[in-house]
Amino acid sequence: MSGTFVGMPAFPEAARDAVGNPTLRGNLRHATHTIRAKRDRAVAELADWAQLREAGRRIKDHTLRHLDRYLEQLEASVTAAGGTVHWAADAEEANRIVTRLVKETGESEVVKVKSMATQEIGLNEALEAAGVRAYETDLAELIVQLGHDRPSHILVPAIHRNRGEIRDIFTREMGSWGRPAPEGLTDRPADLAEAARVHLREKFLRAKVGVSGANFMVAETGTLVVVESEGNGRMCLTLPETLISVVGIEKIVPTWRDLEVFLQTLPRSSTAERMNPYTSTWTGTTDEDGPRAFHLVLLDNGRTDTLADQVGRQALRCIRCSACLNVCPVYERAGGHAYGSVYPGPIGAILTPQLRGTASEIDASLPYASSLCGACYEACPVAIDIPEVLVHLRERVVQGGPAVRRGNKVVLRPAKGHAAERAAMRAAGWAFAHPGALRTGQRLASRSRRLHPRTLPGPGRAWTGSRDLPAVPAEPFRDWWQRTRGGKDAK
Amino acid sequence: MNSRERILGRVRRALADVPADETPYERAVPRDYLREHGERTTEETVELLAENLTDYRAVVHRTNREELPVLIMRLLDAHGSREVLVPEGLPPEWLSATRALRVEDRATDTPDRLDRVGSVVTGCAVAVAETGTIVLDGSPDQGRRRISLIPDHHICVVRVPEQIVGSVPQALERLDPSRPLTWISGPSATSDIELDRVEGVHGPRALEVILVG
Repeated sequence: MSGTFVGMPAFPEAARDAVGNPTLRGNLRHATHTIRAKRDRAVAELADWAQLREAGRRIKDHTLRHLDRYLEQLEASVTAAGGTVHWAADAEEANRIVTRLVKETGESEVVKVKSMATQEIGLNEALEAAGVRAYETDLAELIVQLGHDRPSHILVPAIHRNRGEIRDIFTREMGSWGRPAPEGLTDRPADLAEAARVHLREKFLRAKVGVSGANFMVAETGTLVVVESEGNGRMCLTLPETLISVVGIEKIVPTWRDLEVFLQTLPRSSTAERMNPYTSTWTGTTDEDGPRAFHLVLLDNGRTDTLADQVGRQALRCIRCSACLNVCPVYERAGGHAYGSVYPGPIGAILTPQLRGTASEIDASLPYASSLCGACYEACPVAIDIPEVLVHLRERVVQGGPAVRRGNKVVLRPAKGHAAERAAMRAAGWAFAHPGALRTGQRLASRSRRLHPRTLPGPGRAWTGSRDLPAVPAEPFRDWWQRTRGGKDAK
Repeated sequence: MNSRERILGRVRRALADVPADETPYERAVPRDYLREHGERTTEETVELLAENLTDYRAVVHRTNREELPVLIMRLLDAHGSREVLVPEGLPPEWLSATRALRVEDRATDTPDRLDRVGSVVTGCAVAVAETGTIVLDGSPDQGRRRISLIPDHHICVVRVPEQIVGSVPQALERLDPSRPLTWISGPSATSDIELDRVEGVHGPRALEVILVG
C-alpha cells in the first residue's frame, strides 16, 4: 500500500475491496463497538450534555461568522506573546514555510505531534524531499509510518491494524528508523506501548525542532491547546528549541472561557474519557521553559472556500473528535482508506469534497458514502448536521452550480455520471405537474404489473443490482381513495 | 498581495451574507450549562477527586502536613529512586526525611541528564474533582514543564481543600492563560491499539497524588 491518497478509485470501488477483507472488518467492528459503549457512558455522566453541545455549536458558528476579526486578534496576541505568525493560502505554501523554518535552524530532523493539518498538506513528504526526516511520535501514527501505510481514522489512524499486525510491523521496521524492537516482542498492548516508548525516547531527547497542530487557538490570549494521551505531545511541545505549529484557520475560539465547553465535550466524544491524560496550553514563548522560538502557520487550503458555502460551512465547526466515525455503519464496514483522504468517515465525506472540490472521481463520490441514517449528527458534539450537508453536496455534484474554488467564484458543471438520474427526475417532475398523464401512467403500470421485470435494464441496472424493484400495487392510491372514500367504505 | 491579505480577503468575501448588526459574542453563546455537576460538600469533592484519579490509575495518598515528609520518603524508596528532581520553590520540609539526592531543576540541564533521574516531586496549581485532573502552571513549586515529563515517577502534592475545585469551568477561572499549563489526568496512556486503553507510554508511567489536609 502506498502512503498517498492520489489517484484513489471512487468510494464504491475502494469500499468493495475493504468489505471483502474479513480481518479489516473484524478489526473495525471490534474497535468501533468498544468505543461506542464507552462514549455513551462518558456522555451520560453529564446531565447538561445537550446544553454543552449547543454552546459548542454557537461558539464555533459565531467565530466562523466573524473569522476575519478573530484571525487578526489571534495574530496580534500570539505576536505580543513572543510568537511569529505566518499565513499559508494552500498546502504548497504551508510546506514551503515549514521547510524554510526547519532549514533555518540547521537541523535535518523534526519530531511531530499527531496533527491532521500536517497530514492534509503532506508535510512529511515535502520535508523528505528537502532532506528533512520527520518522525511521527503518536503511537498510531508511528504504526502507520513504519508500516508505509495510510491513516484510516482521525483519532486512531491505525485502527485497521490489530495487535498481531502491529507486532509484526514493529519487529520488521523499527530497526531501519532507529532503535530496533526488543527480541521476542509479544502482541500484548502494554509490551507494544513499551517498545514504542523505548524506540522514540532517543528521538525526543535529542530533538531540536518540534512540529505540531493544535486543537484550539484562543484569540483573546493567543493561547494554543493540544489535547493528547501519551505524552509524545508534551515531549514535542517542550523539549525542542523551536516549535512550529500548523493550524487550520477554523480552530479559533474567541475567549479563554470558551475552553470550558470543549475541554468537557472533546475528551468524552473522542476517547470516551472524563479527561484525556495530558492537555498542554502555551501562549507564545516562556523564558527558560520550553521552546525559545515559536512559529504559528495559519492554514487556509480550502477552508475559506468551505466558509463561502452557507450550508456547507458548518463542517468547519468540527473539533476532530471522530465520534461520527465510530458510530457510522458505513465507516464500520468500509474502513477509512476507502474515503481517499486523511479525513475519513461522515465528517470526511462532507469536509474533503469542500476542501478539495468535487472534480475528481473519489471526491465526487464521497457525498454518496452514507445511508443518511443520521447517527453522526446525533453523536457530533458541535451538532454538525452531516446528513444535511451530504444532501446539499449531492445536489451540487448532480446539478452543478455556483461555488468558490481557491477564493474565486466558479460555476460547477453537472457531473457526467448522473445523466440517467437527471432524465428520470425531469420526467418525474413533468408527470407530477400533469395529473392527467400521471393518472393514465399509474393505471397502465398497475394493469401491466404481471409483466414487470425484477431488475431494470440499461442504466437502471446499477440501481437494482443491490435492491428489488418495488412491486406496483394492483390499484393506484388515488383510484382506491376515490372508490372507498379513504377507507370509510372499506372494500 | 501577500497571503495574509489574500486569506483575509477570501474570508470577508465568504462572509458577505453575515449582517453587520449580528448578535454580539456576549449574547450569541448560551451559558445555561452547569458550572458544576451536582452539589457536594468539600469532603465529597475531595473524595470524588480521589476516586476519579484512581479510576485512571493514579495512586492516591492522603496525609497531613506533619507526616508528608515521611510519606514522600517512603514513596521514593518504594520506587527505588536514588535521585529526585526538585523545582526551585518546593517547600524544603517536604523532602526533609528522604535520603534521595536532590537534583535542582536548572535550565542548563540536558534532557538526557533528566532522563537519568528516577522521580520528581511537584506541587500543583489546581486539581479538578469531576475529571480527576491536576494542573501545573510552572509556578516555583512546580518548575519547568519538562521536569514532570521525563522522569518515570511523578509525585504531585495537592493542598486540601484550597487547591481543589469541582469542575473544568471552575478550574479555568482560576488559571492564568499566559502561563504554560499542563493538565494531567492519570499516568500517560494510549488507546491506539484496538481502541483499548493501556497505561504507560512516554510520560511518567507512575503518577502518585498526595492529598495534604
